[in-house]
Amino acid sequence: MTRIPAILLIVVLVILAPFFVYPVLLMTILVFVLFASSFNLLLGYAGLLCFGHAMFFGTSAYITGQFLKVTGSTLEFGLLAGVLVAAAMGLAVGVIAVRRSGIQFAMITFAIAQFVYFFLLQAEFTGGEDGMQQIPRSALFGVIDVSDHRAFYFVVLGATVLALALIYRIIHSPYGEILRAIRDNEERVESLGFRPERFKLVAMTLSAGIAGLAGGLKATVFQFATLTDVSWTVSGEVIFMTLLGGLGTLAGPAVGAGIVIFMNDELAQFGEWSLIAQGIILLLVILFFRRGVVGEIIAVLHKRRAGRSEGLTKGD
Amino acid sequence: MIDTQSGSKSDFAVETRGLGKSFGGFDAVRDVNLKVRRGSVHALIGPNGAGKTTCFNLLTKTLIPTTGRILLHGKDISSLRTSDVAQLGLVRSFQISATFLHLTCLENVRVALQAKNGGGYRFWRSLRAISGLNARAMELLERVGLADVADVRATELSYGKKRALEIATTLALDPSVMLLDEPTAGMGHEDIEPVTELIREAAVGRTVLIVEHNLSVVSSLCERITVLNHGEVLNEGSYAEVSSNADVVSAYMGGGEDD
Repeated sequence: MTRIPAILLIVVLVILAPFFVYPVLLMTILVFVLFASSFNLLLGYAGLLCFGHAMFFGTSAYITGQFLKVTGSTLEFGLLAGVLVAAAMGLAVGVIAVRRSGIQFAMITFAIAQFVYFFLLQAEFTGGEDGMQQIPRSALFGVIDVSDHRAFYFVVLGATVLALALIYRIIHSPYGEILRAIRDNEERVESLGFRPERFKLVAMTLSAGIAGLAGGLKATVFQFATLTDVSWTVSGEVIFMTLLGGLGTLAGPAVGAGIVIFMNDELAQFGEWSLIAQGIILLLVILFFRRGVVGEIIAVLHKRRAGRSEGLTKGD
Repeated sequence: MIDTQSGSKSDFAVETRGLGKSFGGFDAVRDVNLKVRRGSVHALIGPNGAGKTTCFNLLTKTLIPTTGRILLHGKDISSLRTSDVAQLGLVRSFQISATFLHLTCLENVRVALQAKNGGGYRFWRSLRAISGLNARAMELLERVGLADVADVRATELSYGKKRALEIATTLALDPSVMLLDEPTAGMGHEDIEPVTELIREAAVGRTVLIVEHNLSVVSSLCERITVLNHGEVLNEGSYAEVSSNADVVSAYMGGGEDD
């Protein structure tokens, strides 16, 4: 019952936000909300720790940028190109890695991501160390002008909301139910007649595609794409965001991404201190708040509700 | 000694021919010819290290046999995967109760119902698309006495109730053959009796092969018993026959095994 006012409050806040906060900062947050949510789909719901998620994000940034630069097409096709390439990449990486789990899966994805990094470093079209500059932010559907940051904010917001709705649907779908079962007990799922690796493959493809959307948006927000976007530090950062916010909760990665981007922005003036602050926070979260910000809040609410209805649900 | 010549294929739900498995030169299972009559409850027993678990894992396709063949209703399943044989009607249970801890009881059973209905990949549909399975899921939960906890997560159930949930999930597939791996292992006395009763009920109209330590469970459930020792079949027969066999008695005494 308290949900509806809370949602209304969030809606009002995100609509008013660009009039009070620098829109590029807000768009950066949204991009990473999306990126972290795609990562969470994999780790939080499929139990796969991808340690190279930036390869989907960064490759899509380059593809979207290149597509817009070369074809001069409208914005949505540029984003679509990035999403499709990222999803195909997710499928390909999945075929190689999905039979492994745990640390092996993490290491394989890491290795492939490093390979992708060096490939993009050497490739002509990426501009190597200089990055890809002057990516045009062409009109959406050819009619909606988004050259203004504030106008573009609403496009990014819309794309983020749609993608989050898709993630919500995936988790609460017949497929999502099997995926959660696989995370709990893969062997048992297989004994029931499913092929778990195929479900993981679908999860990899979907997650990579959504990470690709985030990357494409990032490229059009900043109008450049760089090697940083495919680097392992970004892969690490997205893990940090997800754990900080709360793994396996829908709002967790969003909150985590918001906190980290905002913190980076605030602490940027202190140089390396921002990294040290990140390290300390990560340490504290792992030691004392395992469930992350949102996870801890949910746990407290559950405890309170359980306390109220004690005796009703307590069986053996 | 097991007769490998007579009996038409269709009389047996599960049959192994010269089944063997070796690990780095050590024969864990050697030339096992097992015949599980259709519709029977059959036990596989033996002292520790007799090869029961290896044999079980071969039948469930968790391990690949070194030699021999496995037939399900006369069809060779030696080269198939666990998920394939499940689709053919051979479903296993696990020694450590295998429930999906973070799913509710209803969802646990529904996962199996989705498997049976060939679903599972529709990530774009809402859960309403499978709400038609809920009635059947509730029916199965009712059968094992879990209807009142349908919306409770499996992690909150007692050990015995987790077993019951696992049985309901297995029954959702309506398997023709169930392989049960020590279904009462690690259970207190208060749980053994109801779980034995559930298995007896679930076995109606099916073939069941049980690997079990608890001999009182075996004697009350199983019509036929195969005794393994040192990876080979030592004896086979009814409980009365097997328990009075001198070789079996000495194998158990020698193994220092007592239930």
